Amino acid sequence: MKRFPRTTLAVTVAGAASFALVMSGCSAGAGTEQSADKNVKLTVATFNEFGYDDLFGEYEKANPNVTITHKKAATSNEARDNLTTRLAAGSGLSDVEAIEVDWLPELLKYSDQFVDLTSDDVKDRWLDWKAKAATDADGRLIAYGTDIGPEGVCYRSDLFAAAGLPTDRAEVAKLLGTSWDSYFAAGKTFAAAGTNVPWFDSAGATWQGVVNQIPNAYEKKDGTIIATENPEVKAAYTSVLDASSTLSAHLGQWSDDWTASFQNNGFATMLCPGWMLGVISGNAEGVTGWDVADTFPGGGGNWGGSYLTVPNQSKHQKEAQKLASWLTAPEQQLKAFASKGTFPSQVDALKSDELLGATNPFFNNAPTGQILANRAAAVDVTPFKGEFYFAINDAMQQALTRVEDGTMTPDQSWAQWTTDVKALG
Amino acid sequence: MTTTSAAVEVNARSIRRIAFSHMLGRWDVRFSPYLYISPFFLVFGVMGLFPLLYTAWVSVHDWNLIGGQGDFVGLENFVTVLTQGYFWNSLRNTFSIFLLSSIPQVLLALGIAAVLDFNLRGKTFWRMGVLLPYVVAPVAVALIFNDLFGDKYGLINSAIGGLGLEPIRWHVDVIPSHLAIATMVNFRWTGYNALIFLAAMQAVPRDYYEAAIIDGANRWRTFRSITLPLLRPIIIFVILTSTIGGLQIFDEARMFDNVGQGGASRQWQTLTLYIYELGWNQRNFGRASAVAWLLFLIIIVIAVANFLITRRIAGTADRKLRTARKA
Repeated sequence: MKRFPRTTLAVTVAGAASFALVMSGCSAGAGTEQSADKNVKLTVATFNEFGYDDLFGEYEKANPNVTITHKKAATSNEARDNLTTRLAAGSGLSDVEAIEVDWLPELLKYSDQFVDLTSDDVKDRWLDWKAKAATDADGRLIAYGTDIGPEGVCYRSDLFAAAGLPTDRAEVAKLLGTSWDSYFAAGKTFAAAGTNVPWFDSAGATWQGVVNQIPNAYEKKDGTIIATENPEVKAAYTSVLDASSTLSAHLGQWSDDWTASFQNNGFATMLCPGWMLGVISGNAEGVTGWDVADTFPGGGGNWGGSYLTVPNQSKHQKEAQKLASWLTAPEQQLKAFASKGTFPSQVDALKSDELLGATNPFFNNAPTGQILANRAAAVDVTPFKGEFYFAINDAMQQALTRVEDGTMTPDQSWAQWTTDVKALG
Repeated sequence: MTTTSAAVEVNARSIRRIAFSHMLGRWDVRFSPYLYISPFFLVFGVMGLFPLLYTAWVSVHDWNLIGGQGDFVGLENFVTVLTQGYFWNSLRNTFSIFLLSSIPQVLLALGIAAVLDFNLRGKTFWRMGVLLPYVVAPVAVALIFNDLFGDKYGLINSAIGGLGLEPIRWHVDVIPSHLAIATMVNFRWTGYNALIFLAAMQAVPRDYYEAAIIDGANRWRTFRSITLPLLRPIIIFVILTSTIGGLQIFDEARMFDNVGQGGASRQWQTLTLYIYELGWNQRNFGRASAVAWLLFLIIIVIAVANFLITRRIAGTADRKLRTARKA
């Protein structure tokens, strides 16, 4: 009986001692910086390549009271995990956080966590659809657009020649036409020539192009899920899979087989946003014949692109907004374009000679600047992406893959997708 | 008078001082061990026990990754998850991959350890060699193996195609995908387990072998009748740890394709991948926590069953060895 309390005491003492140790270790990192009028330290978090490295120095020179720390994540997924975790934790975010358009919808639901960046200085700075996608239901603009991914069609002119089709990019644009039907019909002509090369890479990649032209594919504006009853979605599903059965290489985008196929005449065309040009020239190194056609089936299409936000957590919201505004101004985005090829989303930048004059030697010296600017102007639909867009579309991608790899018929796979979508709610 | 009283006082003080330092010494002996061991339990409390209990708390609520805590829903998350096909599917995959990896792994590791236990030239080289795969990050292992297991342009399928056989659809069919993932797991862990076995083998007194060889036992007989029985505790340990690890396979399955959700029909989605999909893809932390707890319970049940079975076997083996030694 007597020994018992002593042991308890010992444990308590030991506990307190090591707890103090742990705590002292923690507190070192949590040094708070108070908002001083004179010197401001701003942190900017980006991912991949925004092309801002030189711009930070320029800004610091023009604003001597500002010191910028740049945190760069390797991939956008890493940045997304970091952002959501710290948003949930309520602290630890940078003053300016870069986000990608794919995860913008899920953040819009929590738009009160971000500073309203609406300002007269930036009115009409961006293409209409770019700014609209970052505006929440109350009309608050929570993010400044940086770059965009307007889509054209990339094709292999050498394979086109082998199939007896035109190779010149203007004629190819005419051949591919402006609707999905004409794009698939051109594919059937190509296949009929007996080259034994598939027309496009995968149903999933083609689906991305189609679904981004449907204003409300999966959800109504109020967030109700309509995906499984939407006739437009069902029609698109049927038409893409019909085409895929004869025209697709069945290569899931970004898979190892897909990457390897660039060296193996894997397919003749693919839908390509501006940033994809770099991916193609990297994967297809040594392959000649790639070119870009100035057209896109079903109207315009945009894939990807990023924004800068200022989280409420920031202690220097005004300064951070000023920096974000400066970075996303047309002049700066043109410099980023020159350094890393990120295609600007600003109306003025799209008219600049520097951009319009840009050509790409890998793609047979195609005037990619002019083509992509035309493609950006052709985008006329801003698809609504709600809270569940990402998950539903992901399930759809898998539904398409199940049909492509032969594990299910289109009807079975559609039924499975319906179950998957129902399970989300 | 004054001097004596002063002497008494001094004496009392020194006695008290002795008593106090004595007490310190006693405390030191009695409490120091607890103090020294306490950091582990405190860190475990913060990093292990707290998350465990907190996960249970999350699992009975509506809980969004960003939005945080919602309404209390009782066991609804568990019911939803248990009625979804994907849970049972991922349970099947987890066990299949676990069995395909753990069993060959332990057997292979035993074999490798037995070979390394011979007097080889360049001992350290071989021993370090088997540990090398363990040093390589699992993600890097997956990148290399994905070149082998490509459906169209993979090395294995190219070789099979060269022989005129149908290519294996690694990323489409269930069993091939499990085999491929188990191969990556085995590549990483076999050498590690072999070294643990080797350490235990070296602790076996050499005179047992000498005596057995004098009695005319061959290598296989000594391995079976001396090495294996004396290795039982270590074998139990390795089986237990590889069970716990095997039921939590994540990296290899996630890296098996570029999507990381275990295939379009969830052919190789393990329970941990399912947790990840629920939590980070669907942002439903409540359901993810429910699955995490189910996984925790499953692991406990299996670990206890494992322990009981192996202890039983070990017990009979010990008796056998004892009677053999007596005879």
